[in-house]
Amino acid sequence: MNVFQIAFRSIRQRFVPSALTGLSVALGVMLMVAVLVTYSVVSNAFQQRSIDYDLVVGKQGGEYQLVLSTIYRLETPPAPIPFRYYQVLKNRPSLFYEGVPAPEAAVPIVMGDTTQEGNFPIVGTTHEYFTNNYAPERSFKLKGTGFTDSFDAIIGSQVAEQNGWDIGSTFQILHGGVNAHIHEEKFTVVGVLQRTGTANDRTAFVQLSGFYSIADHNDTTLVEAKRREQEFFGSDYDRIVAESEKFPDTDVSGSAIPTARKAVTAILVKYPRKMLTVPSTLSGIMKKGHRAQAVNPNSVMRQLMNLIVGNVAMAIVVMTVLVIIVSGIGIFVSIYNSMSDRRREIGIMRALGAQRQTVFSIIMAESILLCFGGGLIGVLFGHGLVFLGAPIVEAKTGLAVDPLTFHTAEFYLLPALLLLASLVGFVPALTAYRTDVSRALVE
Amino acid sequence: MSLLLDQIRKGYPQPDGSRIEVLDVPHFEMQRGEQVVLVGSSGGGKTTLLNVISGITSPDSGTVKIDDYDLTTMPEVKRDRFRAQRIGFVFQTFNLLPAFTALENVVLGMSFAGGGSDRKRAVELLNSVGLGHRLGNRPGQLSVGEQQRVAIARSLANQPSLLLADEPTANVDVKNQDNILKLIREACNERNVSLLMVTHAPEVAEQFDRVVRLEEVNRVAAEAVQ
Repeated sequence: MNVFQIAFRSIRQRFVPSALTGLSVALGVMLMVAVLVTYSVVSNAFQQRSIDYDLVVGKQGGEYQLVLSTIYRLETPPAPIPFRYYQVLKNRPSLFYEGVPAPEAAVPIVMGDTTQEGNFPIVGTTHEYFTNNYAPERSFKLKGTGFTDSFDAIIGSQVAEQNGWDIGSTFQILHGGVNAHIHEEKFTVVGVLQRTGTANDRTAFVQLSGFYSIADHNDTTLVEAKRREQEFFGSDYDRIVAESEKFPDTDVSGSAIPTARKAVTAILVKYPRKMLTVPSTLSGIMKKGHRAQAVNPNSVMRQLMNLIVGNVAMAIVVMTVLVIIVSGIGIFVSIYNSMSDRRREIGIMRALGAQRQTVFSIIMAESILLCFGGGLIGVLFGHGLVFLGAPIVEAKTGLAVDPLTFHTAEFYLLPALLLLASLVGFVPALTAYRTDVSRALVE
Repeated sequence: MSLLLDQIRKGYPQPDGSRIEVLDVPHFEMQRGEQVVLVGSSGGGKTTLLNVISGITSPDSGTVKIDDYDLTTMPEVKRDRFRAQRIGFVFQTFNLLPAFTALENVVLGMSFAGGGSDRKRAVELLNSVGLGHRLGNRPGQLSVGEQQRVAIARSLANQPSLLLADEPTANVDVKNQDNILKLIREACNERNVSLLMVTHAPEVAEQFDRVVRLEEVNRVAAEAVQ
């Protein structure tokens, strides 16, 4: 019978207090693991190259707002920019920015409305959005067809699942803001995306031309629309209009809506790999102007993670570390208090020939079993908590949280618990070591 | 020779700085396989004497030899191991560990002797004291007599050469008293184990060939009587 077997029986004998102290460790570890795993998943989703575009272009202003709304659909979209700007950027950016070549892809994004059912964000775009990868080396898999008609829609997996929609389903969209109302136009689902683990899962995409065709989206007079364009482009306006008329119309056309009345919320831009420095050059040039901004979504998210999310996660981790330390003190108090009751047991063991080191080891083993056992249960509970919370996180943010994701800190957690167990077990173990056998036997 | 005590003295310092003497044993010895009963009144130093013999307490001076091994010169670690291997203990209050089953209590004694846990032998021992059907019961689930029989099995687990029994029948009823006594004596006889039993009870003492009054052994006790 080894010291751990002896310690285990001792724990079993004092089951309720032992279970409670072990549980306090388990709860602390559970919180820590849940935070670490969630942070790990969120961090991976935001920090790594999770999207396959080099730049997000939009109205000058908040970088985070632009990225969070365009990529993650978590923010109110920024004010729109003229559609003509998108045309120039896609076909001949050198018109604005000297020496900048045309990108491999420039995808227009229009946002602002939501589905009437389920309140999922509506994104007006072109079919090019789906022919590009949504993340590096990850392409969309679509059931059904792409956009053909103006009022065609392609929906994310979560939208389909939650709203019970499939190909052929029709829906109306809700105009948000102060004058919230439902648009009369009906969109028909022509494609359902397979799950991507991104915000695309909880998005309903509509054909850009359809979005523009919605009657309420065209309530600005042409004069007012042109004034806005002119304000945006400044003194270059006439030259830009003349040049842009030469560009081939994209698949968003087909409607008779004048270009001046169209606008985009953002433009997703991708350059070929051989033009590695172009995106940062373009971004730098744009900063000097006043028209628009181009931000690298990955670096913006990295900054956000480091500035806010990272610090919040660190604060939570520090708190849970404190919880675990308090639990450790709980173990110390529990074992130390039990020592007076156990003096006789220790005396008996010593009388039977147990050496001082043996009784010392038994108490240390008890502390280790409580800390380690509690820790292991905590790790399981932590991943269990993530498992239970994953659908909620996914529904709110579109992030697929895998409960089996492990954070590297978890591998240090158990050795840390071992150290904690050794620290809190030392004093009670020393008390056992110093027990006067002859006195203990007459108590 | 199984046990030899020579010029043993043991005392304890008092809070006022004085010293109280408990043991002054000029000479005491037992032969291998001998069964001796030690009779004396409370406070006569019986428990201290057993503690000194078993090496739990070190005497201030003198020699304790068991099987020709001098316990008084042994380092504590060796003495602990020696006690586990060569000395069996039966306590008045049984002193079974409540967290362990009857079988585990016996096996535990083996673990401390360093020879591993021979569960088969532990089962045989419990069978020999009539508790083969109570192996998985914890002390709280056993009667007083059964608990003492587990304690006897445990004391014999490491095949000791000396068994120290401190009033083993004091806490059991009259019916069980004889059974316990018979069990201990027969087990010692069968295994050629020396038995030193402390008792108050004359009816227990009279069953032994050699009865030693504590006052005959311990001068401190003798002085207290005078």
